[in-house]
Amino acid sequence: MRRSAFRRSRGDGPFRFASTGAGIVLLAIMAAIGVFLVVKAVPALQANTSHFLTELTWQPNATKPVFGIGALAFGTVLSSLLALVIATPVAVGVALFISHYAPRRLASVLGYVVDLLAAVPSVVYGLWGVTFLVPFMLGPSKFLNDYLGWIPLFGGDTVVGKSMLTASLVLAIMILPIIAAISREIFLQAPKMQEEAALALGATRWEMIRMSVLPFGRPGVISAAMLGLGRAMGETIAVALIFPATFNISFQILGPYGNSIAANIANGFGEATEVGRGALIASGLVLFLITLLVNMAARFVIARRKEYARAAA
Amino acid sequence: MTVQTGIQPISAARRAKDRLVQVLVYLAFALAVIPLLSVLWLVVKNGLGRFDMEFLTHSMRNIGARDAGGGAYHAIIGTLEQVLLASLIAVPIGLLTAVYLVEYGEGGRLSRTISFFVDVMTGVPSVVSGLFVLAFWILVLGMPFSGFAGALALSILMMPVVVRSAEEMLRLVPRELREASYALGVPKWRTIVKVVLPTAFTGIVTGVMLAVARVAGETAPLLLTVFITDSINNDPFNGPQMGLPLYVFDQAGRPTDTAINRAWTGALTLILIVMLLNLVARLITWWRSPARRR
Repeated sequence: MRRSAFRRSRGDGPFRFASTGAGIVLLAIMAAIGVFLVVKAVPALQANTSHFLTELTWQPNATKPVFGIGALAFGTVLSSLLALVIATPVAVGVALFISHYAPRRLASVLGYVVDLLAAVPSVVYGLWGVTFLVPFMLGPSKFLNDYLGWIPLFGGDTVVGKSMLTASLVLAIMILPIIAAISREIFLQAPKMQEEAALALGATRWEMIRMSVLPFGRPGVISAAMLGLGRAMGETIAVALIFPATFNISFQILGPYGNSIAANIANGFGEATEVGRGALIASGLVLFLITLLVNMAARFVIARRKEYARAAA
Repeated sequence: MTVQTGIQPISAARRAKDRLVQVLVYLAFALAVIPLLSVLWLVVKNGLGRFDMEFLTHSMRNIGARDAGGGAYHAIIGTLEQVLLASLIAVPIGLLTAVYLVEYGEGGRLSRTISFFVDVMTGVPSVVSGLFVLAFWILVLGMPFSGFAGALALSILMMPVVVRSAEEMLRLVPRELREASYALGVPKWRTIVKVVLPTAFTGIVTGVMLAVARVAGETAPLLLTVFITDSINNDPFNGPQMGLPLYVFDQAGRPTDTAINRAWTGALTLILIVMLLNLVARLITWWRSPARRR
């Protein structure tokens, strides 16, 4: 068969067209998400009698709708950052354990066990959180309030189980396997020669890790943490069951305060009027944009380094 | 002054630091496993009580707020249908996109853009995909709340996972296989359909199963698209249809103990379904691993 005949063989055109088209459909979906959220958010925003970005209260179903993203965005960011602070050190420890400490035969099995944490549906974490963790956290929270109450975060007069701290803890558990899995892949790719050179020069295992593995893995761990942050911000059902659903800004993470954009959507959808639905969609648009930025930044860091190519998947 | 020769022992301080880090790392792993064990233990302990035939074969229709009994049959049916429909949408698009990225993209601008946005798409919060379907399908197009609307939302979450896993599997197919096929005069598309895809088939199936397992537990997109109902609805295209994760959320929000017990049993059923899918995926991977093929 001639080369040109091979190139122009029948069927290749349509198949190429279909697969390229599928890729473009994916891009179109991403664009459509933005477009249609805007389309349905605008009428509600026009009906709003307050400023959407700074208003704290959320009463879009009233005859004179008043709603704003202020308190919700604050709760989303605070709870996700807390979750990140709790989860990242543990996740890095887990990743090091599996990549450099665990016996090699066990490592993959133990890695699978940590991955299982990610396989548990979020509604199950919510159920577990609200029936077990909420009452359980009352003791430790009181302890923190009694002895570390001088730190503003742990201050306040009322201490409850359904608090920002408990919600953040559940979020931390949920994002831990994501951060751990990516960090693990990156630690495994640390240059073996450097590791062996460090050991040959008499470094202890920790010194070897500090000098060759961690510097190599740092950008990867940072972007893994950002992916975790994106996931924490978008997490809905687990925290919807735990947050007390208040609309204020308070740094007292042990008190009866806390809400997030996603949790508010889940809790408020049932009784939402037309304007109410639009308001929820507007808040979802804000969430979409924030997570988009966080994820793109994280992906950009990973994509820039070719060594990480395998871990990015 | 004495001249020291040979290798000196590692100083006590350095050894202590090494030990300390080792303990911390082991502790981190233990800390990560504790919640997993706690969740699994409580789900099994609290869920087994209602894990009976009535739960698996009855819906919540005509079950009063304080009544015991009732089940999740309507929710199980709904979840199976929704996940199946979501797969029917997401798998072809995802697979074709992976084929484009590996076989046709050739590192061009479009393929790099698609690849980047597939990564970004994995980070789209599940509630946002639900809101999108609500805004587009239900509010703009005026379609009813239905299992299919839920399936649309789930398929958006599935696509990037399918693309990534299929892409990885297609890249593993040796170049020699493709070249041998071209050398025999087989056109590119037939090479892909007859040589590349069958070679990667089991790997792709594994990826799809993991994607299915991921979306089967999603609640937020369903909440906004299928609407909560207590009745059996076998038709995913018309009217509200329950889903198992949504059932757990609904029951967990009710104040009575009997409802909480149903929520636990629903969670147990859900975890069993997800674990089963995960296990099947692992078995397929293991079955096809090079060590066994010999």
